[in-house]
Amino acid sequence: MLTLLLIVVFFLYDLTGNREYVLERRAYRIAALLLVAWSIGYSSLVFQTLTGNRILTPAIMGFEAVYLLFQTVIVFLYGDKTFQVLTESRNFGWSVLMMLGFAMLIYLFVFRREKNNMYFLLLTGLILGTLFTTLSSFVQMLLDPNEFSLAEARIFASFNRMNTALLRYAAGAGGLMLILAVKYHKYLDVLALGREQAISLGVNYKWVTGVFLFIVSVLVSVSTALVGPITFFGILVTNLTYELFKTHRHSVLLPACGLVSSVTLIGGQFLVEHLFNMTTTISILINFIGGVYFLYILLKAKKL
Amino acid sequence: MIEVKDISRSYGEKIILDEVSVTIPKGKVTSLIGSNGAGKSTLLSIISRLLKQNGGTVLLDSRDIEAYKTRILAQHLSILKQANHTDLKLTVRELVSFGRFPYSQGRLTAADEEQVDQAICYLNLQEIAGQYMDELSGGQKQRAFLAMVVAQDTDYILLDEPLNNLDMKHAVQIMKTLRKLCDERGKTIVMVIHDINFASQYSDFIVALKDSRVAFFDTADRVIVPEVLQKVFDMDFKIVETDGKKICNYY
Repeated sequence: MLTLLLIVVFFLYDLTGNREYVLERRAYRIAALLLVAWSIGYSSLVFQTLTGNRILTPAIMGFEAVYLLFQTVIVFLYGDKTFQVLTESRNFGWSVLMMLGFAMLIYLFVFRREKNNMYFLLLTGLILGTLFTTLSSFVQMLLDPNEFSLAEARIFASFNRMNTALLRYAAGAGGLMLILAVKYHKYLDVLALGREQAISLGVNYKWVTGVFLFIVSVLVSVSTALVGPITFFGILVTNLTYELFKTHRHSVLLPACGLVSSVTLIGGQFLVEHLFNMTTTISILINFIGGVYFLYILLKAKKL
Repeated sequence: MIEVKDISRSYGEKIILDEVSVTIPKGKVTSLIGSNGAGKSTLLSIISRLLKQNGGTVLLDSRDIEAYKTRILAQHLSILKQANHTDLKLTVRELVSFGRFPYSQGRLTAADEEQVDQAICYLNLQEIAGQYMDELSGGQKQRAFLAMVVAQDTDYILLDEPLNNLDMKHAVQIMKTLRKLCDERGKTIVMVIHDINFASQYSDFIVALKDSRVAFFDTADRVIVPEVLQKVFDMDFKIVETDGKKICNYY
């Protein structure tokens, strides 16, 4: 734990400490990185506990697909006037609302039909997500190259277009969710035993999972709207956390996962900025490493 | 006392339980028997609130189970389902400690720790208490889960095929423990069981389900007779008595 903290500090120092102006900008960027790292790490871990599956991320619910579609469609509708029509913060607000609305619709749909089955929920999300992804690729085909480059800037995750005002909203939302979550943290260990055990041990399963799904949705929506989609990141950091901390206790796992994701994300951004000189984006880097690691997990799981 | 009143449940068109009513006596071992698809597990799941019924009520000590707070209900009634495989990095003792969750909500008091120790002793798990669940054999796992239920210390214990995948030695061990829980601690045990001979040897009452309804409900002695079993399972039975206990031969 301490070593991880040290690494975080190390990266902080390594990044900052050049010039005054850069220092301030970088402080914001690190704040954003930390915020996103904790949001994604936290929500992925909780999501995996709820589903009892270690190779899932909340992305499977189709959040990112909604985001992609929304970004593509507005560029399609407004063309190069996009930025005049929709300011950054309004874009942020709308993106979050769209994603949350989408998530809530699926929850309502699935839970009202008394199916009450996590996998049915995932499947619905997955199918709709695929539909949206295909739709956005289709719309992207229709865009002219200039417009496409506008959309492209949003489609790939990036910490470079950080907006301080947005960061404040996002931090606020994250903080609120954390306050909401603290009361329910004690249930996580029990939820990991599975639905039936959890009910037998007196957890109000439907309500508690509902609360956690809501928290996860908010965190994922906010971080996606802030920096764009980073799919594999969740799988990468949660599994690294399980490897490093062989425990089932969420009181250890949650902060540990936050630290691991901070280290990974800040490290990744550091590489992008200094080693690759901004020639690549962090989402490509993360998806590459994440993808390789994902394959490794699959192969390892097969052996057991 | 568990009173099941007019419970119905169907999946789509298929009716699993058709206005089933039965009163399960307190402080006894009651087995649910019947052929596959007769609705045994469904009934057990509804009694234990894992599954919602389409109609009817379940009363626990004369109070609707839906009127209980989930946490309070978990102090009165516990359920152990089959297929409890968990890939969590969890020691036996940690698993058993979860049994205290309805009381302490995760923060174990000294009294809770003592209950956990007792439960571990009760199932002779002292030697493997520090081992991880994924290193254990099937019989040991089942005993660990049972220890968790013992630690939960509920008046009612429901079990869905507790002997599934166990060899004879471990099956007998589990059944003896259940019998002991009933006799020594006055627990009410309700279980779904496939092996009719285990039901015959260890239970006080037997509920036989057939075609979505309760076909017979009586003391074990009066259900384990050829005519009754023939009706329930549609096959021939021979019953032999040894040491005052009935053994069914249906092979």
